[in-house]
Amino acid sequence: MALTGLDIFKLTPRKNCKECGFPTCMAFAMKVASGAVEIEKCPHISDEAKAKLSEATAPPMRTIKVGTGDYEKALGGETVLFRHEKTFVNRNLFAVQFADQMTDDEVSGKIANLKKVDYERIGEQMHVEAVAVKYTGNKERYLDVIKQLKDLNKVFILVCDDAAVAAEAVALVKETKPVLVGANAGNLDEMVKLAKDNGVVLGLSADTVEDLYALAEKAQGLDYKELVLNTTGENIAKTFEKTIEVRRTALEGKDRTFGYPSIVFVNDLAKDNAYLQTALAATFILKYGSIIVLDDIEYANALPLFALRQNIFTDPQKPMRVEPKVYEFANPDAESPVLLTVDFALTYFVVSGEIERAKVPAYLAVPDAGGLSVLTSWAAGKLGASVIRDMIKNSGLEEKLTRKRLVLPGKVAVLKGEVEEELPGWEIIVGPEEAMQIPKFLRELN
Amino acid sequence: MAYTKVAKKYSGKINEVTLGTGDKAITIGGRNVLPFHHFDGEIGHPPKVGIEITDIVPDDWNNALKNLYGDVMGDAAKWAKYVEDNYAPDFICLHFVGASPDGANKSVEECVEVAKQVAAAITTPLVVAGCKNDEKDGELFAAVAEALQGKNILILAAKEENYKTVGAAGALAYQQKVAAESSVDINLAKQLNILMNQLGVKAEDMVMHLGVAAAGYGFEYLSSTMDRVVLAALGQNDTTLQMPIITPVSFETWGVKEAVATEADEPEWGSAEERGIHMEVATAAACLVSGADAVIVRHPKSLQTVKSLIEGLLE
Ligand code: B12
Ligand code: SF4
Repeated sequence: MALTGLDIFKLTPRKNCKECGFPTCMAFAMKVASGAVEIEKCPHISDEAKAKLSEATAPPMRTIKVGTGDYEKALGGETVLFRHEKTFVNRNLFAVQFADQMTDDEVSGKIANLKKVDYERIGEQMHVEAVAVKYTGNKERYLDVIKQLKDLNKVFILVCDDAAVAAEAVALVKETKPVLVGANAGNLDEMVKLAKDNGVVLGLSADTVEDLYALAEKAQGLDYKELVLNTTGENIAKTFEKTIEVRRTALEGKDRTFGYPSIVFVNDLAKDNAYLQTALAATFILKYGSIIVLDDIEYANALPLFALRQNIFTDPQKPMRVEPKVYEFANPDAESPVLLTVDFALTYFVVSGEIERAKVPAYLAVPDAGGLSVLTSWAAGKLGASVIRDMIKNSGLEEKLTRKRLVLPGKVAVLKGEVEEELPGWEIIVGPEEAMQIPKFLRELN
Repeated sequence: MAYTKVAKKYSGKINEVTLGTGDKAITIGGRNVLPFHHFDGEIGHPPKVGIEITDIVPDDWNNALKNLYGDVMGDAAKWAKYVEDNYAPDFICLHFVGASPDGANKSVEECVEVAKQVAAAITTPLVVAGCKNDEKDGELFAAVAEALQGKNILILAAKEENYKTVGAAGALAYQQKVAAESSVDINLAKQLNILMNQLGVKAEDMVMHLGVAAAGYGFEYLSSTMDRVVLAALGQNDTTLQMPIITPVSFETWGVKEAVATEADEPEWGSAEERGIHMEVATAAACLVSGADAVIVRHPKSLQTVKSLIEGLLE
């Protein structure tokens, strides 16, 4: 909770020595409270007071790091409930769940899928970041499955509430900074000890929001704050409620007892219905799931889920743009066609990806279109015939090309006539509407 | 310290709007809480899910859907009846893609004939969507509204460019419901609602179409626009934004690469039908939790899934 000027004043030595540059300690304290100066400006402030202040000004939700090295991920640390208020900072992780009762074939099938679904979208690599391994009673097999997953380099989420088994499992992977989802009201002390001793993040589970709160409070009482809250409930509605209440209590209620990332087992809620699992995962991407556990990953569910996550976790304050200029593909020459698109990063990456796929030499001209999509920039008056003309005239392409062909995005086919007038000597061609048709179009263009 | 819940009470409420007539009539809206926040207050009517059909055989639909429907696709009335009998959606959206001057360019009279046949074949509430040409849609909607008077259909939608024709005919002259369509912007949505209102269309006869985007294609703008609209409607009791929201998810999701790429284009990706369904249900779910009170989908499996999601969230 934020401290008032008076609270901070009480933390100063009250000497009024002016060394901080303010006439009185009180004046200084008011400035600190408003965030205008750092408490360190007072040379006489005690370490204890500093600690108190940093605790008080810490963000309401902790950022928890899981995994190590290149595979380290940050969870939580959110400050708003709605992305338009500021931005969501740490994207949720996806996990695929394994278990001790799975056959070798099932295990290797899922491993193969985890490796297969690994692709680029708008400059980012998309893949599942974590594996959850659930213990259901067969210890030897459990440990064996964990071992089989080790060289995937994923964040481990050990789902096990048997402290003795958990200890053995943790021993196998503790250097990877895993999450141990295993603490409940019955085993908290043991689990906290295990987590503390091994530096692993501890997941807490309880039936109701109230019980989860009591458990988090106890864990904090045991001086452990590397926590994740399992907000999965008995059904979909209860899970939704719990997940929202946890986040809301932390951010709006400013209650740090719930200021931790969440984990949602949508695989359990979906009960083997893959479509429902996707719908649920989408729900919790928007509504505060920090780790979302799936049954399996295939392109069919990965494509929309990773795309949605990428959208939701972009910063609303800075729309992604690319530099307006002429980009070259496959060593274009004086005869190669010029394609036109806009400087909206999403559009640029989709289009450039397709031109690369076509493996046909081409230029891609990107004017300053305000960082908007094709139709949006056109509707906003930022992608018209004059913008296109200026772009082409200033690009040096006219001098370079012996054959002048300009391909417009199909969605702005209406611009053809005007662009023809603005660019005499150019053949203006209307391209397809969707970027995915570009390879075929380019191969057939002559 | 015991847990203290952060209670959320809002002064505003989403309007209730009824579509259709008789036993199958549906009502949307009526909640004074954020979507599915049953733990905060009055949840109103559960969101509704409709299926899209088209007036002519669509040339760009996924083959699996063409196989699924087979011959009935050639006759919109049969198609509608088939959908009603087999999938029982909350409503059916008849999408007049054939009206487009850039496409089949069916005359308004031909379209009205189709609308009449469809309406006669089913008792499920009907939503009528246009061809994206504002002028043609204006004429088409006015004529359909007249022909289907008494059916209480929803016209999707009136835009800034044609709201006068569509609003005047649809809501005022023939007492249908009208959606106001804006493009992903709270101020534009508000402005159009006010214009419609000044024209004489009552708030209870309106819903909003705030724009639509598929997951991964600028969806964040749509989601945030919905958040802002819903927060203004509930939190600030802004009566110009309290109309329920309808989102035609299928109009976008089946057109993006993730759904369209053939198995030859992307050998690793697997069945295009599966990809289309996942894209559709992910986008629909994201719309619903952001604030949509009704969504339109294309695949019967998407309908089933989204219905299960809604039931699950309100259990
Ligand atoms: C998100 C969005 C916005 C965001 C902007 C996001 C951005 N950075 O562009 C915001 C909210 C800001 C916005 C604002 C507006 N928007 Co807007 N918006 C959308 C929305 C929902 C998605 C756009 C998107 O991201 N598409 C994804 C990108 C990748 O698509 P794309 O750029 O077209 O690229 C594809 C193809 O064109 C093709 N392609 C691209 N380049 C090339 C090149 C070649 C050679 C080829 C062959 C193909 C090709 O490949 C891509 C993938 O296939 C669309 C509706 C929709 N679902 O499309 C409306 C939409 C584009 N917006 C629209 C409008 C009217 C506006 C506004 C003018 C509204 C207003 N009056 O204020 C404003 C203008 C902004 C301004 N004044 O600054 C209309 C345009 C109507 C029209 N047909 O002209 C749309 C279609 C919505 C609608 N149905 O009304 N919008
Ligand atoms: S330096 Fe510290 S003690 Fe001296 S006036 Fe400033 S706040 Fe007070």
